Amino acid sequence: MSEATALDLTARQIDPSQMKVSDEVAIQITQMNKWYGTFHVLRDINMTVNRGERIVICGPSGSGKSTLIRCINRLEEHQQGQIIVDGTELTSDLKNIDKVRSEVGMVFQHFNLFPHLTILENLTLAPIWVRKTPKKEAEEVAMHYLRKVKIPEQANKYPGQLSGGQQQRVAIARSLCMKPRIMLFDEPTSALDPEMIKEVLDTMIELAEEGMTMLCVTHEMGFAQAVANRVIFMDQGQIVEQNNPKEFFNNPQSDRTKLFLSQILGH
Amino acid sequence: MNTSTSTFVRTEMLPEQAPPLTEAGAVKWVRENLFSSILNGILTVLGIVVVAYLVIGIAPWLSRSVWNAGSLSECRQIIADRWGEGVTGACWAVIRERWPQYLFGFYPSHLYWRPVLAFVLLCVAVAPVLFDRLPRKMLWFSLIYPAVGFWLLWGGSVWVPVMAVAGFAIGYAAVKVVQPVAGTILATIAAVLAPVLWWLFLAGPAADALQSILPIALQGVRSREFGGFILAFTIGFTGIAFSLPLGVMLALGRQSDMFIVNKLSVGFIEFIRGVPLITLLFTASLLLNYFLPPGTDFDIILRVIIMVVLFAAAYIAEVVRGGLAALPRGQYEAADALGLDYWKAQRLIIMPQALKISIPGIVSTFIGLFKDTTLVVFVGLLDPLKGITDAVRASTDWKGIYWEPYIFVGAIFFLFCFGMSRYSMYLESKLKTDHR
Ligand SMILES: Nc1ncnc2c1ncn2[C@@H]1O[C@H](COP(=O)(O)OP(=O)(O)OP(=O)(O)O)[C@@H](O)[C@H]1O
Ligand SMILES: [Mg+2]
Repeated sequence: MSEATALDLTARQIDPSQMKVSDEVAIQITQMNKWYGTFHVLRDINMTVNRGERIVICGPSGSGKSTLIRCINRLEEHQQGQIIVDGTELTSDLKNIDKVRSEVGMVFQHFNLFPHLTILENLTLAPIWVRKTPKKEAEEVAMHYLRKVKIPEQANKYPGQLSGGQQQRVAIARSLCMKPRIMLFDEPTSALDPEMIKEVLDTMIELAEEGMTMLCVTHEMGFAQAVANRVIFMDQGQIVEQNNPKEFFNNPQSDRTKLFLSQILGH
Repeated sequence: MNTSTSTFVRTEMLPEQAPPLTEAGAVKWVRENLFSSILNGILTVLGIVVVAYLVIGIAPWLSRSVWNAGSLSECRQIIADRWGEGVTGACWAVIRERWPQYLFGFYPSHLYWRPVLAFVLLCVAVAPVLFDRLPRKMLWFSLIYPAVGFWLLWGGSVWVPVMAVAGFAIGYAAVKVVQPVAGTILATIAAVLAPVLWWLFLAGPAADALQSILPIALQGVRSREFGGFILAFTIGFTGIAFSLPLGVMLALGRQSDMFIVNKLSVGFIEFIRGVPLITLLFTASLLLNYFLPPGTDFDIILRVIIMVVLFAAAYIAEVVRGGLAALPRGQYEAADALGLDYWKAQRLIIMPQALKISIPGIVSTFIGLFKDTTLVVFVGLLDPLKGITDAVRASTDWKGIYWEPYIFVGAIFFLFCFGMSRYSMYLESKLKTDHR
């Protein structure tokens, strides 16, 4: 099924290497280590993300991909090394954490919409309570993003009444309402049926085209080829290989990458 | 896909048809619901027998009801005259004659209007909390109602409840002053400490001073004069109103990562749940006196309310904890990722969902609390069930009456408990948004 979407996406004929990337650093991770108890889950992670970069992170299950991007908005705490997001270092200082979180949007595998609130309320909640935006203005912004993800007519429904693909697009819109400068995606399409994957990926591609800095954990290699300017391969808590998509897919260097690619592309 | 060889394309869509009428409605219903299997049939018959037995036992007694009589012996005489010697009948005359006592205990009868007004205002105060279609501005009245109700019921200087409410204003002011200069944690401490100090040391003298300047007072009523349903309602409703927030805080405390907060909450909950309510009530009536400075007259009803609140809060904490545990982690993570702080996430995301899940358990706890108010008879207060009934039976007129008072009191309790149960079902269906 990932083959099918891959075809659709490359048909759009955008060349990711043509999209602009600035020199400004958005995320800087140096010598970062993390343990779960005694389990060393992330080892010596070094990584720099420039503004406007679109990075796809892949790797086998349990390799620490989710943990890595969850460290970037401090849903997980790292124990060693440094993570600087938009010039703010993540430490136990709650002020910094709140600052980073309000600038970094996150989209989850299972959407995590708030089921007791309508779609519109889901979208306006954080702008109203965190950014102190007036309700009316927040609703206008919310409708703008709902139109952008092409479901403005669902505004007054509850999440439980929407399809998976629609829910994930609402989740993306909810993050966008906070006007984030960086977006994190943790397997946004892996809980979706094939026909819904495309609608979500289309939304993400559009975002990429607008120059959003994106880090995306995904196994949609078609997406990686279509929009990523860098693919990072992780295994056993380490970054094993990173390269531009063309090189990464056509000319993988490490044996583990080759093995992984052969498994995921089904050769 | 391509299993059939001949192609088929539907040209006309089929119209909707009524379901087949194979059986008459009633017969079908009876067969499906009462006699669908042998076991079901046996249970149906057994059920009918039990109901018939009960009705045959009670109906004649109820049908021979007497409403007008001055005493039990007069009542029995009327029954004998009307239905013959040796039959029994219900003597509701006792309720007709003594209902004020059941409602008000020994509350001074010329002041009955005060508890009645308090009850009416209670309904006004509770309405916007129960039904969100009512204007939100009404909630301001709900907030000050405890002070109003207190003043109407107990009377005394108006400045006492006013100064008590002032404590909350002082707490709020403390937060506003301390938060910008010293941060949230110190502000929280100030928010607790300032009102407590105010209530303990300053509120009393301030009320006295104001009373001497501008005397406004109602005739005072002592707690020992309370009884019957005003006692049950006072304890029950105050208990309900205060145990929910306390229970929620305890549930959060039990989930907290902060060691001391966590252990204190766990210890409190487990201790309270491990002790019978009666023990706590005895503690309230006897032991507290040893700890309090001699001469302080700490109101008995207030003491009982505190114990009932603590008791119910421990149960509610556990119910709410169940609701919290049922929420997926993703809800917390999504709230965090959007930049909501702990309290906002709790208030806007977590609690609305956790409380919704916990509604049946919370309402059960409330119903239990309300009925448990009858236990105050053990600390010498006149609860409607035993306290007042014993007082009624102590009179020569109604000596020996037995079933009627209990049925009457039970029916009133049932009415309110059933109301709560219905309301909880209404709330559950209203808050249902998952559409699964
Ligand atoms: N809260 C936790 N406590 C302990 N171990 C954890 C925890 N969360 C994840 N792990 C472990 O850390 C490792 C990395 O987990 P992570 O979720 O980051 O993997 P992943 O690369 O995202 O995998 P997947 O593709 O399956 O999502 C796994 O071995 C996992 O078992
Ligand atoms: Mg993962």
